[in-house]
Formats: sequence, C-alpha cells, structure tokens
Amino acid sequence: MKEQVLLGDEAVALGAIHAGLTAAYAYPGTPSTEITEFLIRYMEKNGGPHAAWCANEKTALEEGLGVSMVGRRALVSMKHVGLNVAADPLMNSALLSIEGGLVIAVADDPGMHSSQNEQDSRFYADFAHLPCLEPTDQQEAYEMTREAFELSEWYRTPVIIRLVTRLAHSRAVVHLSDPVEQRPLQKTTNRAGWILLPANARKQWQSLLDRENELQERSDNSPVNRLDLNKADNSLGVITTGIARNYYFENLDDLTCKPSHLHIGMYPPPLDKMRKLAAHVDTLLILEEGYPLLERQLRGLLPRAKGDLTIRGKMDGALPAAGELTPDIVRSSLGLEPAQGVRVDGLPLATRPPQLCAGCPHCDTYSALTQAMAGFEKSVVTADIGCYTLGALPPYSTIESCVCMGASIGMAKGASEAGYRPAVAMIGDSTFLHSGITPLIDAAAGNTDMTLVILDNEATAMTGGQDPLIPSSRLEQIVLGVGVEPDHFHVVPAHPKKVDQLAAILRTEMEHKGLSVVIAVRECIETAKRKKAAAAVTAIS
Amino acid sequence: MRCDIVLAGVGGQGVLSIGAIIAAAALEEGLYVKQSEVHGMSQRGGAVQANLRISDSPIGSDLIPKGRATMILSMEPMESLRYLEYLSPEGTLITSSKPVLNIAKYPDLDEVLDAVRKLPHSILVDADRLAREAGAARSTNMVIVGAAAGLLPIEPVVIERFILKKFRNKGDKVVDINLKAFRAGREAAVCTPT
Repeated sequence: MKEQVLLGDEAVALGAIHAGLTAAYAYPGTPSTEITEFLIRYMEKNGGPHAAWCANEKTALEEGLGVSMVGRRALVSMKHVGLNVAADPLMNSALLSIEGGLVIAVADDPGMHSSQNEQDSRFYADFAHLPCLEPTDQQEAYEMTREAFELSEWYRTPVIIRLVTRLAHSRAVVHLSDPVEQRPLQKTTNRAGWILLPANARKQWQSLLDRENELQERSDNSPVNRLDLNKADNSLGVITTGIARNYYFENLDDLTCKPSHLHIGMYPPPLDKMRKLAAHVDTLLILEEGYPLLERQLRGLLPRAKGDLTIRGKMDGALPAAGELTPDIVRSSLGLEPAQGVRVDGLPLATRPPQLCAGCPHCDTYSALTQAMAGFEKSVVTADIGCYTLGALPPYSTIESCVCMGASIGMAKGASEAGYRPAVAMIGDSTFLHSGITPLIDAAAGNTDMTLVILDNEATAMTGGQDPLIPSSRLEQIVLGVGVEPDHFHVVPAHPKKVDQLAAILRTEMEHKGLSVVIAVRECIETAKRKKAAAAVTAIS
Repeated sequence: MRCDIVLAGVGGQGVLSIGAIIAAAALEEGLYVKQSEVHGMSQRGGAVQANLRISDSPIGSDLIPKGRATMILSMEPMESLRYLEYLSPEGTLITSSKPVLNIAKYPDLDEVLDAVRKLPHSILVDADRLAREAGAARSTNMVIVGAAAGLLPIEPVVIERFILKKFRNKGDKVVDINLKAFRAGREAAVCTPT
C-alpha cells in the first residue's frame, strides 16, 4: 500500500482527489489554507481536478453546489469563521437533493492561534441538520473525506468534515487506498429538490427531518463511534471527540483502572451508545475539543436525582471552557498528577508578539496615516482582517477595531453618521474583494463622509501570500464603478520615500466632507522575495 | 524509544525547516513521526514553536506533554527558555546563542545565556558564526540540526541525505554550505560538555 507524509489539511485534499473529486473551491484562512494549496499544486502538476481560490466562502460553497447539481463531486474548504460567511448557502443546501457528493471541510481554531473567535463548527452541522465527520488523525482525515462523499450521495446531503488547528497543521504518514474515477456529468432530474420555492422547501424540510432517524442509526452502527465498556469496573466512563482522544490515549497508561470509553467521530452523535455508556458508569467525563456540544445534551435541563450519574466536563470546570485542549489539561481532568518539566524561577523572558515584516508596505501606510491624523481633535480608524491588523500593536498602535471580513468599511460609515469624524477604514485588497465592495456601495450611495484606505499588497499575505483573485489594477475600476467621485480617488505608492505624499493626500481627503478612497499600493515584501528566489532557482537550473 | 522535540525560535528563522529535515530522516529510519506546527499570524516575526515527536511505536498526541520533551531545539536563546516546562529533567536544551532583537524590552543577554548554561543539560552554539564560516548565515538552522544530531535516534548520514535532497534544486553551492553547517554543528556539540 502506498503511503505519504501529509498535513491533516493535505490528507483531506488527497482524500478528496482519490474520491473522484471534480472541483474544489475555497477562500484562504488559517488553519484551512493548506487544503486548497495542496489541490492547486496537484492540479498544476497533474492537470486536474479543478481547484481555485474564490472571492469568499459564500461564493465558494455556491460554486460547489453547481458542481453537485450536475452530478459531480466538489470539496469546499474554509476556516471556521468563513462558515459564517457561507452560512446562507449552508443552511439552505441542507434542504437540497444533493446529486454529486458535496463535502465542506471546515478547520476550527480553538485557542485562537490565528483567529478572532473559537466557534465550534459542529454546532453549524447540528443547526443545519447535516452529518459531520471529525477525524482524530491524518489517516482518518484521509479516510473520512472519502467516506464523506459516499455519505453525501447516499443521503443526498452536504457533509461537513471538521478539523482543528492541531490536526490541520500536524504532519504524519498516511496510508493511501486506490483512487476512484470522477462521477459522470449528469444533471439532477429532481427539479423540486433544487428549487426551494416554499411549496418545495416544505417537502424538502420534511424529508430532511425524516432522514434524521436513518442518520442516527448509521451513527450508532458506525465503527468510528466506538464503545469499549469495562465490564469489571463502572466508576468512570470517558467520551472523547476528535483529537481529544489522542490526549486521552497519551495519559491512559498512567491510569490504574481503565475507564469505559466512547469515542465519537460521526455526528449526529450515537445516542444509543451514549445511553449505554451512561447507564454503565457512575461518573461520565466528556472530553470535547471545542464548545461543550455533547456535554450540554447529556446534562439536559432538569436536576439529577441523588446518586444518579455525575457528569464532568467544560461546564463544571473539570476542563477549562476557553482555549484548546492539551495532553496536560486532559491529564488533570483524569485526576492524574501533572508531569513536571524543568523549573527555573525568574527566567529572563519577554513577550514577542507577531509584527509587520521589515520593509512591509503597510509600515509606510501606517506611518503616513499617523502623520495625517496629527492635530485632529477626534478621529476613528476602523480596520479589518489581515497582516495590517498588526497596526494595532506598537510602534503604530493606530487602528481601533478588527471584527470580521469587511467590517472596517461599514463601521467607519456608522461612526461617521453618528457624528464621529474623520472616520477612516483600513482594509487589504483581498479582504476588500471578499466583503468590502458591498459596504462601499452603501457608503457611495449616501456619499458618507469617510475615507477608505485599501492597502493593496497584491496578495493574501497573512495566509501565505496567495495571488490576488483579479489583478490589483482592477480595484480602481471597482471603486469608480460603484460611484466614488474620481476627484476623491487616489492610487499612491506605499513606499518609504512616498510617505509624505501619501500623508498629504490622506490629510486632504480626511478633511473633505464626503466619501474618498485611497489605494496605497506596493507588493508584499514576502511574495516579492519569493518570486525573486524562484527566478534565481530557474536561472540555476 | 521516544524522542520528543520542542522546536523554538522567531518567525522567519527557518524553525519549521529544522523539523522537516529531522522528520524526513526519521521516517527513512522506519520510525513513527508526528510534527505539529502553527501557521498564520504567529509566523510574523513573533515567537514560533513546533512539536516533533519520533517513536518506534504509534504516537497518540500531536502535542508534547509537559515534562516529556527529550530536547528543546532553538534558533534563539531567549525563545529556548520559553518552553522549559516541557523539557524532561533528563532532557537537553540546544540553542543558538545569537539573539533576535526585534522587540523593545529584550532582557540582558548575559542573564539569558547564563540561564541556559545553568541548566542540567544544555548546549549553547554560536550557530550564526559557524553558519557564516560555512558560507551563509541562512544555514544557521542546519548548524542547530547538527548540534542535535548526536542525541537523535537517526544516523547522521541519513540526515545528510535529506539536507542534500532539500537543497538540491538550489544548486551545489547551497547544498555544500548546508552540509558544512550541519557538520560544524555536530563538532560544536561534541566539544560542549552537557
């Protein structure tokens, strides 16, 4: 059998390819980016399957739906907060009669290594009534992705694969199985299953609800949801989900008495097995990576009778409610003594937060902005998601908000209309294309007194420097096309030698009573370096 | 056999490449490997940490538990101290001695280096100088791999093969510099009592 070293993300990508994938769509977002990077590299080398970055997660999912509608298999990938952007097609796609398998791979970021929240995508699966598979390791990531396509076509539903950072970005050997061919091109013949007019949607919703029992049964019989009862002891039962099982196994040898154990890797959860385990033990410990989804269901609402099952988990403080699990946290929840590392008191340490790279064009834009803002009695600077969010930290400490993709523009508009001016919004080129155009239309419609700065570094830099979806030069046509006045629109280089020029333009436009847009442009220093290095390698060979 | 390595340094120093070379060589030796990294925002000039676990039996957790690390391999002296709670009392800390001064409040360097020297088992390597002598400051991370080689469950010749493989497409000169850097690291470690 063939084997390959893969990141968890890459295992999902290769699993999809081997499942006969036709097309993959995504917007970059840590920790999901490497799924599509792998697929694009594979496409460039092998001529397919089709893989492409999209404007945002919503367009990506809709493109995946189109592939499914004509009978072929599609993979759509995103980070957890991207699923919020794709929530509209997600919730509605649950009611469709899926034709070609549609798998949505979502990488959550518990611990917020590179995110603004740690939402748990299993709740979306539950909310939308979609089956969800949660791998524990790279091997399962590969196998479950293949299985997800089968499930999707069998139950005619999209299927979610949930990853977390520590699996997405961890590498191990994966044993591969034989690939299958792409599905034939065959458009759905079930029109009512794809046209969600109320009359159709009601029927589809009912059949979705009727399907629940079948999925439930499948989950209870799934070998992934494995129950091991310790017949000789009924003191403790442990439920693990996803990578929590790895941390549990890491500590298992130190336990004198092996608890009964149920691992859950497929949702809806296996209710019969959960009941069986609960009936067998006095105390149930629930180890979930994410929010307490199962724990909340198991605890229910009503108080327990004396002597009844004791439930331990994130809701009673046995495990911390915030942050990711670690082998050490799981160790302490099992009542084991913490392992001691080397302890030295009073170490000479200082924090080292991330920062903008030396020579980054955003540094010049922030220098110019600081200069332009000097002397205003009050001003507000909203910002967005990307490398330039680091303008929040010293030495700039300029920006005052970071909420979600595109929020800078709408928030500057709101602040301005509430009376706080000048209001400046800072957004990157990729984030602008993702979710910035619609709020700019709002601002253009009312000629809102605000200044939008598009930091155009010709890349999606924070996630590794993906190329822009469309050439940066087209930003100009977009901005003018929605009705921004040409007199208050400027394209200026973001360069150490042009800081004064940029500052003067920003100052003038901040004083202008109306909408203005300034594009500060220079390529990301990292992508520029990489292109130079690649050119040198080509020259050598 | 278990060899759990915490890799440390500053974003952009090539910390992940250290892990990649050792992991590839370990796999060649038929060992189980798990290598956990953090990408994204944390890579931007901030503190970077990765976990590399090597074993002759299947590995559970991608993360190394506290007190279990066989070694800390670091590209930067202060960063090497950040993860001491993960180091087993029998474990060894190996670090480059040159600081990355991209923060305002870097502690007194002598204090940092003293803290490293006072540990029960540590190897302090002037990896920057050795890398420059080998031909390029950029090969500092291969000096660090070399300094760790004696403690790894892998034959050095296998590691050399993967250094060759990794840099082959950059030309013979780059391969040569990195091999020299690796060997200089090995020698430096041998000369340091741990």
